[in-house]
Amino acid sequence: MSDLTQLTLKAALDGLASKAFSSEEITAAHIKAIEAARALNAYVLETPEKALGMARASDARRAKGQAGALEGAPLGIKDLFCTEGVRSTACSNIIGNFVPTYESSVTTNLWRDGAVMLGKLNMDEFAMGSSNESSAFGPVTNPWRLKGSNRPLTPGGSSGGSAAAVAADLCLGATATDTGGSIRQPAGFTGTVGIKPTYGRCSRWGIVAFASSLDQAGPIAKTVEDAAILLTSMAGHDPKDSTSLSVEVPDFASFVGKSIKGLRIGIPGEYRLDGMPSEIAALWDQGVAWLREAGCEIVDISLPHTKYALPAYYIIAPAEASSNLARYDGMRFGLREEGGNLTQTYENTRASGFGAEVKRRILIGTYVLSAGYYDAYYLKALKVRRRIADDFTAAFEKVDAILTPTAPSAAFPIGERSDDPVAMYLNDVFTVTTNLAGLPGLSLPAGQSADGLPLGLQLIGRPLDEGTLFSLAGVMEKAAGGRRRPERWW
Amino acid sequence: MAIDVATVRKVARLARIAEPEDRLEGLARELNGIMAWIEQLAEVDTDGVEPMTSAVEQPLPMREDVVTEGGDPRLVLANAPKMKSNFFVVPKVVE
Repeated sequence: MSDLTQLTLKAALDGLASKAFSSEEITAAHIKAIEAARALNAYVLETPEKALGMARASDARRAKGQAGALEGAPLGIKDLFCTEGVRSTACSNIIGNFVPTYESSVTTNLWRDGAVMLGKLNMDEFAMGSSNESSAFGPVTNPWRLKGSNRPLTPGGSSGGSAAAVAADLCLGATATDTGGSIRQPAGFTGTVGIKPTYGRCSRWGIVAFASSLDQAGPIAKTVEDAAILLTSMAGHDPKDSTSLSVEVPDFASFVGKSIKGLRIGIPGEYRLDGMPSEIAALWDQGVAWLREAGCEIVDISLPHTKYALPAYYIIAPAEASSNLARYDGMRFGLREEGGNLTQTYENTRASGFGAEVKRRILIGTYVLSAGYYDAYYLKALKVRRRIADDFTAAFEKVDAILTPTAPSAAFPIGERSDDPVAMYLNDVFTVTTNLAGLPGLSLPAGQSADGLPLGLQLIGRPLDEGTLFSLAGVMEKAAGGRRRPERWW
Repeated sequence: MAIDVATVRKVARLARIAEPEDRLEGLARELNGIMAWIEQLAEVDTDGVEPMTSAVEQPLPMREDVVTEGGDPRLVLANAPKMKSNFFVVPKVVE
């Protein structure tokens, strides 16, 4: 048997079903691969014994004829998801030793369907970042390198560990979360497929909160079909999350391979930024050509408030974060740094527990919510958010989906942008709009830069129309020549 | 609206984050850079626009006001930084 870790999730599930190998065998192969790839720093916690225990239990279920949709498949879990009895830190020192006594709803769904947990994946602290550099466990290194260079690149963020682990075959698929682009930008940087579903598709219960009106969970996977299989398991109504949508979850994999003939695809002029690298523009044109060849109608559209999405996001997300992160006060769980009185204890705890980027965002959030600035900043941003959502509503009267680049560049070197917050924020310029509007967005690998790095394209859909995105992405994935893997150097 | 050192000190206090005096100026510079970039929102005409507080159209679901889980102090206290016989131990707040 060739290396089991190189299989797609779909091929692995087929192999498990035909008893070509057991869950214990494919899980053990992944554990070995993870141990050999510690240089990437993708996993912040490896749980090999738990994984093998879950794999053996899975093999026993299968022997009894009780196989679930993900039976025996070893997955990686972003450290933002609470996992019962397994340390869950959001990659922050303030909950660096937190061991939940409960399981997030999304991971509960994965285990219900038979999946196996390999460990917890690295990420930016509290999911605040676009390069994984704000993690308390240090940055993740992208398995991809520039041609002829050893310079370490970021895998993007915040789900950098998830994306790197999937790209480097350290799991068959991974959970991730996306508040402003944290699934799609790292997927774009690592040649993987990531989808942020419609807001409300996946329960937020048990996921450490960043900005609750924007946070959504979704998968990062090796292929479009794998992403569809994973999302089908992860999604579903959950009474524990009041914003969880009470709607049927379709079999998303059934949309992959469907004809896309006659679909109208919008190309928003506002996404063609001044100074956009020519290879990103060329990639976008290539995507348009593939869809046209497949029988889609290409329509120029306008999303006039696009340029205001990021500044609105950097009011709304920090405002919600400053409120959500108020819970880290050192009293009931997490770090406590004693001071002379209660206020000093709070201040010391939060000063030593939070990293620089998290503090920066809490301060911005506190500022825009403070007396005298609430209307000028926060309320204004919420009105701009409505404008952005209305742009999409108008566009979707004319088109069935929208095609854009995923990010304005390929993966960049670790350290290159860490001194300039606004330059870092611009990574999310193409992805953040869908979070504000609550729409589904999918990134798929569509080509490579001149230096050999993966480049992604993004498809944006109507609310709850992830199916169309999977159909379109399936066609484009085929046209792009299928999955590419980084050359192994670790 | 420029953010000065006094404003950073006040905001850090509101956010309950101890920021040493020698960091305040640097922070003021950083926050000013970010807020200056955010100022472009003023260009957008938002007269008569309803603020968007949620991406979900559905009304908030109601449920019975009953305990669904709980009653196990061991689980509640499992991650407490300090505890004593089924209670959180916190700094003295009343003199």
